[in-house]
Amino acid sequence: MKKISRFISIALLGMIVAVGITPITARADGSTGDTSYTYNLDYWGDVQDSPDFYTVSKVFTSSELGLDEKMKSPEGLFAYGDLLYVCDTGNNRIIELKRVNSEKFDVLRIIDSFQGDSNSTFNAPSDIAISEEGNFFIADRGNGRILKLDPDFNLLLKFDKPVDNTLDPSITFQPNKIVIDTAERVYCIATGINKGLIKYEADGTFSGFVGATKVTYDFMDYLWKKFATQAQRAQMEDFVPTEYDNIYMDYEGFIYAVTGAVTREDLRADKADAVRKINLMGNDILVRNGDWGIYGDIHMGSGGGYEGPSYFSDVTVFDNDIFVCLDRNRGRCFGYDDQGHLVFAFGGNGNMDGYFRRPVSIEHYGHELYVLDNLDCAITVFVPTEFGTLVYDAIDKFDQGDYTASGESWERVMQLNGNYDLAYIGIGRSYLRQERYKEAMDYFEVKYDEDNYSMAFKQYRKEWVEEHIAVIVIVLLAIFLIPMGIGKIKSLKHEIDTADIFNT
Amino acid sequence: MVSSLTKKETWSEYWRSLKFAFYCMTHPVDGFWDLTHEHRGTYAAANTILIATLIIRLAKLRFTSFLFLQVYWEELNIFLYLASVLFPLALWVVGNWALTTLFDGKGKLGQVYMATCYGLIPYPVIQLPLMLLSNVVTVEEGQFYSVLSALSLVYAAILIISAMGQIHEFSAGKNLLFTVASLFAMLVQVFILTIFFSMISQGVLYFISLVREFLFRL
Repeated sequence: MKKISRFISIALLGMIVAVGITPITARADGSTGDTSYTYNLDYWGDVQDSPDFYTVSKVFTSSELGLDEKMKSPEGLFAYGDLLYVCDTGNNRIIELKRVNSEKFDVLRIIDSFQGDSNSTFNAPSDIAISEEGNFFIADRGNGRILKLDPDFNLLLKFDKPVDNTLDPSITFQPNKIVIDTAERVYCIATGINKGLIKYEADGTFSGFVGATKVTYDFMDYLWKKFATQAQRAQMEDFVPTEYDNIYMDYEGFIYAVTGAVTREDLRADKADAVRKINLMGNDILVRNGDWGIYGDIHMGSGGGYEGPSYFSDVTVFDNDIFVCLDRNRGRCFGYDDQGHLVFAFGGNGNMDGYFRRPVSIEHYGHELYVLDNLDCAITVFVPTEFGTLVYDAIDKFDQGDYTASGESWERVMQLNGNYDLAYIGIGRSYLRQERYKEAMDYFEVKYDEDNYSMAFKQYRKEWVEEHIAVIVIVLLAIFLIPMGIGKIKSLKHEIDTADIFNT
Repeated sequence: MVSSLTKKETWSEYWRSLKFAFYCMTHPVDGFWDLTHEHRGTYAAANTILIATLIIRLAKLRFTSFLFLQVYWEELNIFLYLASVLFPLALWVVGNWALTTLFDGKGKLGQVYMATCYGLIPYPVIQLPLMLLSNVVTVEEGQFYSVLSALSLVYAAILIISAMGQIHEFSAGKNLLFTVASLFAMLVQVFILTIFFSMISQGVLYFISLVREFLFRL
């Protein structure tokens, strides 16, 4: 008997030790290639695998497009209706494509010269934009000018280096990216100019810089600089704004500007913005209500040879205010909604379809995405999957005020991806609008949406109190009256007990 | 020992000492003086308060509204979570006693433990209703919660400091000095424990590698 019990105790001890030393199964790290092609972040910042949001429809290389001369390090894409313009920077030309469907693009024209100037060819054109009147604006970077051409490619205006006292005269003007507003004002990013976007009026005059990135420095840096010698100070980093990498003008006339020159520490401390939405005053009005910052990957550990924060090289904005940022570092696309929630993230570096080597520009048509790869010289066309279409459908219906239908769409999204936080919050918001507060609260609680939960709970509490007001009053009265009554009876009893008439 | 549990006096004594915790809460000076000098406190009551604190701390995880406390259940280890109370408590009791006993402190190790546990009473008393309250407020009204929650901790800290002064018969200045010194004593203990465990693991590893080497050569 004793032997058996000893044997059991040893066996138990062995089991405990064995359980204790078994390595805990490795958790997927978001920064490495362990995740699925498409993923999302949950409330805790854990990477949640997701069904594909976008799928590659076709990859258009030079030969697919039937170009005689192959594209060479193209840098810019611009979509204008169903026309797609590619800045074939290395070949000093612009290719005009027409979308027939998502799997077929026709080359319409190859633009390599214009009329009306002694130097009528382009030199490394890096971006193109088209105004509502149909005038072409081309950032002719190698020639240091922005050209305004009419639809028949006759020169209308030239925008040269801005005349400004604060600008270093020795710097060569290299307009890199441009956008045009409805009044044909030009906003431009030029290499080496970090004062913000260069703004030209419609008549070609330079009217100032707008929307410089915020300059941040902490107090310790400032102190160090105070005590440093001249030579040491020269060695230190300057407190200057960073240059933008790309800009996009959305359908409302707001400029989305992205920059990749951000550090992990600044992003985490909320001291730098990878994306800004700039209004006419040059202020950042991007809504950042998401659980995580709008800077792409939040897990920035090295994985697969890539390290550091996402490097946003371009951005495009859909008509439902979802904007998609293109990460050059890990070759990913990040979609955020108007509140700053991550809608989708997908992509990677590599040679397969849907993977990139150096993605530089992104554009959209409807809900399709076009990504231009600088090294592959190819345009990848992405079309939304059933999952993606449902999400867009749910968001659009909510914006139109059709809350019941939006809720139904989100339900179907949830069936396709049970780990999708936005689906739960979407269903909750639809219930909230339908005044079904209890159900809304349940959905918000699952995904830790404090603000919406509080909104629903406030209404629920109000309704509950109104329904149960009689019970509440009775209970409150009972709490006060019963002890009072007991005290009264006790004192009465005491009076009777001690009354003189019984003692006599 | 067990037979005393059936006696009525044992239980009334227990209740009396447990109720005395509330007296200590409102009379931090008199109460803690009587706690040891008049033998008004019992270990049973002290243990009860400690266990109540632990239970409330655990219950908070589950029953506090997610507006104020979000729990990442995947990573939660209940034993480590309880140790976050018990371990500092043990360090405090040992550290405080070890120091004060060298400098005319009148409290014994057990009395330090008892008084510290009695000093924890605001935590369960305030946190329990707060936990229930958290479920009927919105995030805008959440300030009440955070202020009261912080208050329970500050209250407990004040009680513990006051209790130490009374059981050791220290003046106010000396008491504060030894409170700070006890905190340092806790750090020293952590340091020693860290060294101790790393030494042990080094020693064990030595023998393991010795046996491994031996097995290779066989």
